[in-house]
Amino acid sequence: MSKEKFDYFINGEKGKYEVVIGLEVHAQVLSNSKLFSGSSTKFGADPNKQVSLIDSAFPGMLPVINEECVKQAIRTGLGLNAKINNYSVFDRKNYFYADLPQGYQISQYKNPIVGEGKVLLDMPYGSKEIGIERLHLEQDAGKSIHDMDPSSTYVDLNRSGIALMEIVSKPHLRSPDEVNAYIKKLRTIMRYLGTCDGNMQEGSLRADVNVSVRKVGDKNFGTRCEIKNVNSIKFMQMAIEYEANRQVELLEDGKEIDQETRLFDTKKNETRSMRSKEDAHDYRYFPDPDLLPLKLEQKLIDDLKKSLPELPDNKKERFIQEYGLNSYEANVLVSEKEISNYYEEVAKLSDKKLAATWMMGDLFAMLNDKGLNISNSPISAKNFAELVQSIKSGEISGRIAKEVFEIMVESGDNPKKIIESKGMKQQSDPKELEKMINEILSKNKDKVDQYKAGKEKLFGFFVGQVMKLSGGKANPQLTNEILKKLLKG
Amino acid sequence: MSNITNQSLSEILKSIKSKKISSLELTQAYIKNIENAKKLNAFVTTTFDQALENAKKFDNKPNNEQLLSGVPLAVKDLFCTENVKTTAGSNILNNFIPSYESTVTKNLWNNGAFLLGKLNCDEFAMGSSNETSFFGNVINPIGDHLVPGGSSGGSSSALVADLTPATIGTDTGGSIRQPASFTGTVGLKPTYGLCSRWGIVAFASSLDQAGPMTKTVNDCSIMLEAMSGFDDKDSTSINKKKETYSKNLKDNIKGLKIGIPKEYRVDNMPKEIDELWEKGKKILKDLGAQLIDISLPHTKYALPTYYIVAPAEASSNLARYDGVRYGYRSQKGKDLIEMYENTRSEGFGDEVKRRILIGTYVLSSGYYDAYYLKAQKVRQLIKKDFDDSFTKVDAILTPSTPSSAFKIGEKTNDPVSMYLNDIFTVPVNLAGLPALSLPAGLDKQGYPLGLQLIGKALDEQKILNIGYAFEKNCGYKNEIKKWWL
Repeated sequence: MSKEKFDYFINGEKGKYEVVIGLEVHAQVLSNSKLFSGSSTKFGADPNKQVSLIDSAFPGMLPVINEECVKQAIRTGLGLNAKINNYSVFDRKNYFYADLPQGYQISQYKNPIVGEGKVLLDMPYGSKEIGIERLHLEQDAGKSIHDMDPSSTYVDLNRSGIALMEIVSKPHLRSPDEVNAYIKKLRTIMRYLGTCDGNMQEGSLRADVNVSVRKVGDKNFGTRCEIKNVNSIKFMQMAIEYEANRQVELLEDGKEIDQETRLFDTKKNETRSMRSKEDAHDYRYFPDPDLLPLKLEQKLIDDLKKSLPELPDNKKERFIQEYGLNSYEANVLVSEKEISNYYEEVAKLSDKKLAATWMMGDLFAMLNDKGLNISNSPISAKNFAELVQSIKSGEISGRIAKEVFEIMVESGDNPKKIIESKGMKQQSDPKELEKMINEILSKNKDKVDQYKAGKEKLFGFFVGQVMKLSGGKANPQLTNEILKKLLKG
Repeated sequence: MSNITNQSLSEILKSIKSKKISSLELTQAYIKNIENAKKLNAFVTTTFDQALENAKKFDNKPNNEQLLSGVPLAVKDLFCTENVKTTAGSNILNNFIPSYESTVTKNLWNNGAFLLGKLNCDEFAMGSSNETSFFGNVINPIGDHLVPGGSSGGSSSALVADLTPATIGTDTGGSIRQPASFTGTVGLKPTYGLCSRWGIVAFASSLDQAGPMTKTVNDCSIMLEAMSGFDDKDSTSINKKKETYSKNLKDNIKGLKIGIPKEYRVDNMPKEIDELWEKGKKILKDLGAQLIDISLPHTKYALPTYYIVAPAEASSNLARYDGVRYGYRSQKGKDLIEMYENTRSEGFGDEVKRRILIGTYVLSSGYYDAYYLKAQKVRQLIKKDFDDSFTKVDAILTPSTPSSAFKIGEKTNDPVSMYLNDIFTVPVNLAGLPALSLPAGLDKQGYPLGLQLIGKALDEQKILNIGYAFEKNCGYKNEIKKWWL
């Protein structure tokens, strides 16, 4: 929330440069079986245990489209406010590699299943729309393992044939922060939809990053470089940072940028040329004759649209309207489906605004600290709501609430029970408090005189004494009021 | 009984069902024939032990309700057969033993037949003379110096030499019909999608289609009925009710309209082919069919179109033979790229390499539009020619090939003249239509010649019926001197 104005530019001697970024995100489709075979897609199996004759491209084997993967792509397209194409075609992308059994990847080239769409980002300097160029379905390749044996390469085909959605953005991104926001937003949308788990460690979400630079005000794009297969947001940001500066340096030196494919070396934090445009593969795309064009009934698309869950943008609006949250709070609380569900459960049973504050403060800090997420939070939504209500009703103070919270984390207990058993209830009875304060004042006559003589700093001393005597349970507001009244008299 | 093997499949089935002969005796008879016909080089692999066992099993518990009860069959070595080596006529699959059975062969076995052996063919079905096989050329029983046609040359040779009662081949541009024509037998290329492609080593996916090769039209209808059917493992398989072709076979063709396309009268076509065509027309006319002159104006583009589309698909389909997972792998080479290069250089023969090169070229960037895309457009025009004609006619009659069987080695150094042999058959594959090649006569050297009946999509029954009537009235009979014995 710090920056109010977009300010990601690179300053060179010859001018100020802006960075233009487009992403090709590869998102693994959540489905039980692969795009064209019945093999399992479960992560973490022993090598080559989830490989059918189709995945390993035995002679005479034929692909048959997995309908669930098609539906997932449509759902994702709808979630990206995109045009769903009733007619799409699977093409073969031909190249040789040991972990590509068919010698071609089945992908979609000229006619993708999903066309143009858009994603809305909430940036500190306002909301920004990022255009989606297309989304298409394709097969993943297997994995070559080069470091298990000094003289051989091992191939694991478990991943071979798993369905991927390649989501291509328009070159609308302008900074590593926007890339971060974009990836997170995509991931949120797909997680809401249940179409991709977005797990970057397991490789369910990876991206090729296209970077170019141009002087601010230039209409034309600069020559771009593509950084292949970056698998964490942090690395994407580092790669962009490095690559943009490299390009600016070249331009400043009066050199040209070669259009090429580059790799990001995570150890050295630099990008390296992988192959130039001249060496680019000729993939010899052509429609896969083993598969008929994919023709979608409008009814299927309409039905899927009707069955879509509420998506983050809509939910955010609703949170603002329904719960009186500000845009920032709403944004944080819809960032994950599970978080939003938790919040709604809490908000139904307690003060909506206070619930948001406590969730985003103490609850998130604790989860972060313990490396947990909301789904395995030690505090249930119901208990959390009770805690919030206890604060709201004045039953306990904020300070006591923090103690109760700690105990809840350790024990998983209900806050009422903790407050009862530990006698932590706030002392809010004015008569009781007055009695206690009178006792303190009579014991400290000298200090009272000093106070009355003008040493008003002593007020804090009296408050401290009240808290000490009450074991911290005295209602602070009430204590202040009564103290002031009695000290005047 | 000694002559059982030169009978038709339907006669053999009668003998089996009436217990005139046991499945074991029948199988033994074929085994004897095969062992005595090694000179023909029709077989790549024989499965005699397995066949004898299956025959005994059948005899112990005969099920005579099936279409192919107790019959041993040899099949083209392009069909994957479970636990039986499947080579596609190539060195690169010389050691390949599938763990699965192709849908089409499985259908045959489910109808009571069993495997006798695997038949030689052109490498990856690329050829018109069975001279490109890694396992050597096959000889046409018609004459020891003649090719049996291709690519299903082992199939046509084995059939006409009585080494199998019937067989199956695959037809991408004529590979069933041309060898049938060269051996005086019946061959049917069904409608694209009627027989599953699952488990058949692919050549050109949008053109490949398995079909029967038999001694008679009736046999052909039995085999087609047994092997065809919807398969959800093949996305291009047609989902429709199974037909009973043999039961519905009729020889009354009165009033049917037969189209005669003028474009099939090509330059330099031997006079005998023309005469044969005339003879065919006359037979059909005498049977009450009506002859109608039609035009298929884009016919002349069919061959060039075919030789773009088929190699393009093949170049991609054959990429999987890389030595990594199965099949031949060269021991030479210091890295992955060299392993690929050596494996594929040593594993593939010249014709396959030629087509991979052509296919790679026509798909490459900068040439795609001029070749592949244009070929696809022309393909649509060729298809449209047929669609237009079939609004006027029930079937189309043409010669099957522009010549009779040629000599071994005659065309091996001239690929284009070899390709020209497919001139009458490829348009049918491009249009996805069914076509039946029927033995119709002999040329002046006494070599068989065939006529082709082309039908509407899924109209196999009609061309079988016309073929059935034709066969009865043509009087063609193969007289084979078994010179190899």
